[in-house]
Amino acid sequence: MHYKNGIELLELCRVHDMHIHEIALKNECINSALEQDDIKEKMLEHFHIMATSIKRGLDEKERNIKGFMIGGEAKKLKKYHENHRSVCGETMSKAISYALSVMEVNVSMGRIVACPTAGSCGVLPAVLLSVKEKFDLDEEDMIKGLFTSGAVGSIIGKNASLSGAEGGCQAEVGSASAMAAAAVVEILGGTPKQALHGSAIALKNLMGLICDPVAGLVEAPCAKRNAIGTSNAMIAAEMALAGIKSIIPFDEVVVAMGKVGRMLPVALRETSEGGIATTPTGLRLKKKIFGQDKKR
Amino acid sequence: MEYSVFDIIGPVMIGPSSSHTAGATKIGYIARGIFGEDVTEVTFFLHGSFAKTYRGHGTDKALLAGIMGFLPDDERIKNAYKIIEKKGIHYTFTGKDLGEVHPNTVKIHMIGRTGREMIVMGSSIGGGKVVITKINDFDVDFNGEYTTLITKHVDRPGVMASITSILAQNKVNIAFMKLFRQAKGDYARLVLESDEDIDRHVLEDISKMDNVVDVTLIQKLIL
Repeated sequence: MHYKNGIELLELCRVHDMHIHEIALKNECINSALEQDDIKEKMLEHFHIMATSIKRGLDEKERNIKGFMIGGEAKKLKKYHENHRSVCGETMSKAISYALSVMEVNVSMGRIVACPTAGSCGVLPAVLLSVKEKFDLDEEDMIKGLFTSGAVGSIIGKNASLSGAEGGCQAEVGSASAMAAAAVVEILGGTPKQALHGSAIALKNLMGLICDPVAGLVEAPCAKRNAIGTSNAMIAAEMALAGIKSIIPFDEVVVAMGKVGRMLPVALRETSEGGIATTPTGLRLKKKIFGQDKKR
Repeated sequence: MEYSVFDIIGPVMIGPSSSHTAGATKIGYIARGIFGEDVTEVTFFLHGSFAKTYRGHGTDKALLAGIMGFLPDDERIKNAYKIIEKKGIHYTFTGKDLGEVHPNTVKIHMIGRTGREMIVMGSSIGGGKVVITKINDFDVDFNGEYTTLITKHVDRPGVMASITSILAQNKVNIAFMKLFRQAKGDYARLVLESDEDIDRHVLEDISKMDNVVDVTLIQKLIL
C-alpha cells in the first residue's frame, strides 16, 4: 500500500479498486500497526476539534478570539452574508468565514488541528464543514475526506514541501488547498483521478505564493490567504468534478512547486524580510507590537 | 521522510505556530521529564528565531507550560504566566547566541527543590517536531515520540548488554538506541527508544546495576 507519488497512488486505487481514502487508511494501518477502527476514531476526534475551532470564532459569546492584528473578521463576514446580498453565494461566503474563524482561534492560542501546518489550519476544516452542511453529509464522509487529504499532503511533503520557511506560502496554504480539493472531489463521488486533477488545479492556482508574515506573526496575510485557499479548493473541486483536467499532471505540479519554493529568495520565505512584511505599514505594525516589552 | 496521515492532519495543538508554540511546549515537557522533579527556578536561553519572535508566537507561554508538564494541546498554555506565578516558580527568558544550532533552539537551565540543577537543550525542527540535543554536557539526539530511557553510566564493558537483557526479559522492543560518551572509561549516556511503555520496576532494576549512575524514563508523548 506504499506510494511515493500520485501515479503510484492511482495505480494502487486501480489495482485494488479502492478510493484514495481507503488506500490511505490501509497504509496507516500497516505503518502504525493499529486497528482501522482506532485510526478512524482518532481521525473523527480531529474532525470534531476542527468543527469546534470553526464555531469558537463565530460564537457571539466567545471573547478574546483575537491576535495582535486580527480578530472578529469571521463574525463580520457571517453577519454580512446573512443580511446582505452575498457576492460569492452562501456556501462560499460561509466557507471563507469558517477559514477566518479557525485562523482567529489559532492566533489567539486556541486549540486547532495543524493541517498540514498551523499557518494553513483554516482551509481544510472550512472546506469540509461547509460542504458537509450544504449537502447534509455525515461524519463518515468527513473521515473519508480527511484520509484523502492526508494522502495528498503526504505526497506533497515527500516530493516538495509543506513548510513556509522552505517553500513559501504555496507550500502551506497551497498544499492545504490541494488537499481540500481532493477531499471534496472524493466525498462528492469523483474518481481518484479526478481528485488528483482537483489537487493539481488548486496547487497551480497558488503557485509562487510567498510567505511574508507581518511582524513575523501567523496573522497577516495568513488568515486571508486561508480564505483564498478555501475558495480556491472549492473552485478546483468544482472543475474536477465537471470532468475538467489539469493540463499538467499532479506529480509534475508538485515537483514544480518544490522547485519554485527553492527558487524563491529567502526574504520571501517566512523571514519577514520582504513582501508586505516590509511595507511601511508592515514595519510600523512590527514596531508597535514588539516595541513594547509586555507580557500578554 | 515518511508521513503518517496524522503528521499531515495534525498535530492537535494550541496555535499559532507549530514550530514556535507546539514544538516549544514539547521541548519544555521533555526537559521536565528528563529532570525528573518539579522545577522551582528556570532560565530559558532563546536562540535565533525563538529569541526574535517568542512573544508574538507565545513561545514563552509554551515553554512555561511544557516545564509545568502540559502537552501541546493543553488550553492552559494561554494562561501559563498566571499559573506558573501561582505555583511560585521563578522564570527568566533571555536571548543568547547558542552557536551553530537550529534557528529555533532553546537551552533550559532548571533548578529543583533540592537545589539540584540540570541543563537541557532542544530544537523545534518544523511541524511541531522537536529534537533534544543536549543534557548537561552530553550531546544526545531523540524526539520524545517514543518511550525513551536515558541512562548515565560508567563506560565499562558489559553495561549495555546488561541493560538490553533486562529490557528483553520484560519484552520491551528497542526501536532506536544511541550511545554518547565524553571520553573512554568516563561517563556515558544511553538513549534508548522503545515502542512499548516501560514499567517503573524495569527502571528500578536498571538503576540498581553496577556502574549505572542514574536512569530516566520519559513516557511517549501521546498526541
